[in-house]
Formats: sequence, structure tokens, C-alpha cells
Amino acid sequence: MSWLTGRDWPSGFKGNKVLLGLVPIAILLVLYLIVAADRNAINPAEKITPMPSAMVEAMWALVFEKDQLSGRYLFWSDTLASLQRLGLGLGISTLTALVVGLLLGVLPTFRATFGMTVTSIAVIPPIALLPILFIVFGLGETAKVALIVVGIAPFMVRDLAQYTGDLPREQIVKAQTLGASTWQLMLRFALPQAMPRLIQALRLSLGPAWVFLISAEAIASDIGLGYRIFLVRRYLAMDVILPYVIWIAILAALIDWALRALSLRLYPWAHGDSH
Amino acid sequence: MSAALSLKNVWVEYGDKIVLERINLDIDEGAFVSVVGPSGAGKSSLLKLVLGQAAPSRGSITLDGEKLKAECTPERGVVFQRYSVFSHLTVLGNTIFGLECEEAPLTGRLFGAKRRAAVEKATEMLQAVGLGDALDLYPAEMSGGMQQRLAIAQALIKRPRILLLDEPFGALDPGIRADMHTLITKLWREYSLTILMVTHDIQEAFSLGTRVLTLDKSRVDPHAPGRFGATVVYDLSLDRRLAKEAEIAAELVDETPSGEGEITNA
Repeated sequence: MSWLTGRDWPSGFKGNKVLLGLVPIAILLVLYLIVAADRNAINPAEKITPMPSAMVEAMWALVFEKDQLSGRYLFWSDTLASLQRLGLGLGISTLTALVVGLLLGVLPTFRATFGMTVTSIAVIPPIALLPILFIVFGLGETAKVALIVVGIAPFMVRDLAQYTGDLPREQIVKAQTLGASTWQLMLRFALPQAMPRLIQALRLSLGPAWVFLISAEAIASDIGLGYRIFLVRRYLAMDVILPYVIWIAILAALIDWALRALSLRLYPWAHGDSH
Repeated sequence: MSAALSLKNVWVEYGDKIVLERINLDIDEGAFVSVVGPSGAGKSSLLKLVLGQAAPSRGSITLDGEKLKAECTPERGVVFQRYSVFSHLTVLGNTIFGLECEEAPLTGRLFGAKRRAAVEKATEMLQAVGLGDALDLYPAEMSGGMQQRLAIAQALIKRPRILLLDEPFGALDPGIRADMHTLITKLWREYSLTILMVTHDIQEAFSLGTRVLTLDKSRVDPHAPGRFGATVVYDLSLDRRLAKEAEIAAELVDETPSGEGEITNA
């Protein structure tokens, strides 16, 4: 078998990449179970490595039972609140990247004027701006969304500006000889060429976006996945933290997968010959 | 015949470096002019001038008696060696792009009857270059030869006054290149094109052109390579063309250009 080409797999694995990808995860799970079972056998009050049964029990109350204090299903309210913040943050960032990135990439005058400003903003660590955001926007939703935007938009803007700036000069000349105005060049050439790259940048920004979301929720919030994790940390409630972390991972993976599927569907030409 | 494109005492200088000097050139309507010359002799600079990508530092360029603007306008069609077609558009989309830009300034897209008319026109053009069966393919799915056919169709649909070819067949296999030679000769005759082609291939320059220009430096200062620019050192009109044309016409009869056998990933 060849490691480089992936051809000539042993017959059991042939063509089954999903199965192959699940093997390391399964090994990790088994390892955890062994450690957890071992520790629980020694100490029945063990909290650091709860058994799956304890997790189900703890999560049951959050998922299926109304919280007595707030009257909400906490797990779902947390998920909804977090996804709303994340969605707003990602949406605003994407729109900003599209508009500013395209202008920076395609129009030299715009780049000369604003390029340095964008770079200067991009090098500031976003978390250092969090106090400012809290002071300016208060402790509500706006500050959390703003942190995500401040965190990922500069990267996306710069990535898109670089990409559109590097589009072959020949194509721009060709479009002009075909009668395209600057507006038409933007609309019919730069924009569609930039879209797959924008989705790519968005996918790469998902990780940082989650980091900023959880950070903002941890510091000042009363609902949200990050808030819950940091809240129950006080009680060493690993039986809640671990399922929440797994849930966040699943959500992140689903969003990433959906974006990839969207890009493949809308822009098949950008994904090589395999369409 | 009247001069379609005319360059009068044109110079191109970048600071102290002189790239082209004393270019005087009249290109007749319907001519097929090949430009050859060693690397760095200003072939591309000449093309950029005519294309409008660069302005001459001295002298004037006129097209049909009017001063040429230093902008890439639709009177000039161009086919580059690479990157000539838009990867995000299908063959048909690439070809109607020029019509859409002209007729829909705001949206850049045509709908309804206008679109149908554009599609019809484009399909006809694509059939002429042998891409009639490949309307819905994306450039990434086509061979280099097919992409160049598309680039030519895309440029010709705007009916440019002059077609500029920048080593259009340089990246193609010899067999495909021969097909393309037949195609461009056929189109040149059918559409009465005026063509300016820059090439490295001397044989190509002579077999296609009705006139061959050689650019080179006529004077060289070994201590200051930028002191003198290149100019037209040979300007050959090819009378042999008549005999050659008969030969090509004979070839055309039994050869129909098509994209067959060129599809790589369809």
C-alpha cells in the first residue's frame, strides 16, 4: 500500500475514508472510558472523569427539563443564544470582508488610502479590545458580536484583498477589452472570483470565532454555551462541561461542512476538476 | 488599402531606460502582422501600447485616424498565452460576457429575448471556432487548445477593429498548434480581421503572417544597456502569401476544426 497516494489500501478499508477517520476518535473514547472506569472504581464520588451514565443524567435535566428559576430549557437556550451571536458575528464579518476586501484588492487608490489602516487594526489582539467593547457597547449582545467581528473580520478582509489583488492582470485587461466598466468588472469578475475564497476564509475563521464567542460569554453573560461551561466549572461539573464541549465541536463541524457543501454547490468551477 | 492602425515616431521610455524608439508603422486593414524578435526587444511593450495598457512617452498612435486612448477599449480584442478566459464562467458565459457588458451597463446580465439573441450569436461564434459541443463546460474542464479557441471566440464576438495575439499558441502541443493555425487563418479570412500577433516562433510568424516585423536594438551601448531602445529592423511583406493561401484553402476543404479528442476532464 502507498501512504502517499492512498491507493492499494488493505481490502477492509478500501474506499471507506469515513470509517478510517473514526478510528482515532474511537481509540480516544475507549482510552477515556478505561481511565474513567478505573478512577470511579477507586472513588465513587469521582468528579473529574465522570462515566457516560453520569453525563446523561446531568444533561437530561438541561436538555429535557425546564429550569425552575428561568423557566427555560437551558441547553437549548444556551445553544440558541450562542449560535445567534456567532451567526451575527460571522455574517457581519463576511459582509465587511466582501465589501472592503474587494475594494482593497481591485482598486489601487482605495488600497493606497486604507490598506495601512486595515493592517494596523488587524495586528491588535482582539481580546485586548474586549474591555473597550464592554465599555462602549455595554455588557449586552452587541459587545459579544463585536468581539467576534473585531477578531475575525480583519483577517478575512486582508485575505480577500490579497487574493483579489493577485487575480491575473490579463483577465482584467481581457474584461476591459470586452467592454467591461469598473462596476461591471467588480460585479461580473472580481465578485464571483472572490466568493469561493471568501467561503474558504470564513471556514478558516470559524475556529477563532468560537474562541472569541466563548471568551466573551465567559466574561459577561447570563446565557450561552461558553457561559454555562464557565458557570458549572465552579462545581467541577465535568459531567456537564464534557458534553457541552462535544456539542460545540459537533456544531462547529456541522457549520464547516455546510459551508463547504455550499461552496461546492454554488461554485463548482473553483473546486478543481472533481465536480 | 487604408492604414487601420498607425504609429508615428513612437517611443517608450521608463526613466532613463529606453524600451522602444522611433517606431513608425502603418498596418493595413486586413493585414496579418507577425512580430518577432529576441527576448527583451520590446515585443510585449509594443503590444501593450496598441492594447492601451501603456501610453507612449513620445509620438502618437491612431486607429482609423483617431488618436488611440491609453485604455483597454473594445475596439481592440486580445488573446493572451494564458489566463485569457474567465474560470468562473462556462464556455457560453465567457462568450456572451462582452455582449452583456455592452447591453446591460448596470447589472452586467441579460434576460429574456435579449439574452436569447446573445446566446444565439455566441453559439454561432463558438461553432465557428469548433466549440459548438462544449457550451456548458468550464475552462478548467478543457484542454489548453480549447481554452484558446474560447479566448478567440470571446474576443471576436465584439468584432474588434484589431485583434491582438500575445503568443497565443506558445503553450500548446505541436499538433494542436497546427490546428489552431488553420483555425486562425480561417477566421482571419472569413471575418476580414486585422491581426497583430507577437510570437517566439519564427516559422509560425512566416506561415501565418502577411507581413513580418522584427524588433531589435539597432544600436547597443555595452556600458549602458538601457541607452538605446528597440525598433523595427526588418519589415517583410510576404508576396508568397498568395501561393500559401491557395495551399491553406486546399487544406481547409478536408479539415474541419473541432475540439474532438481535446477534452480532458469532461
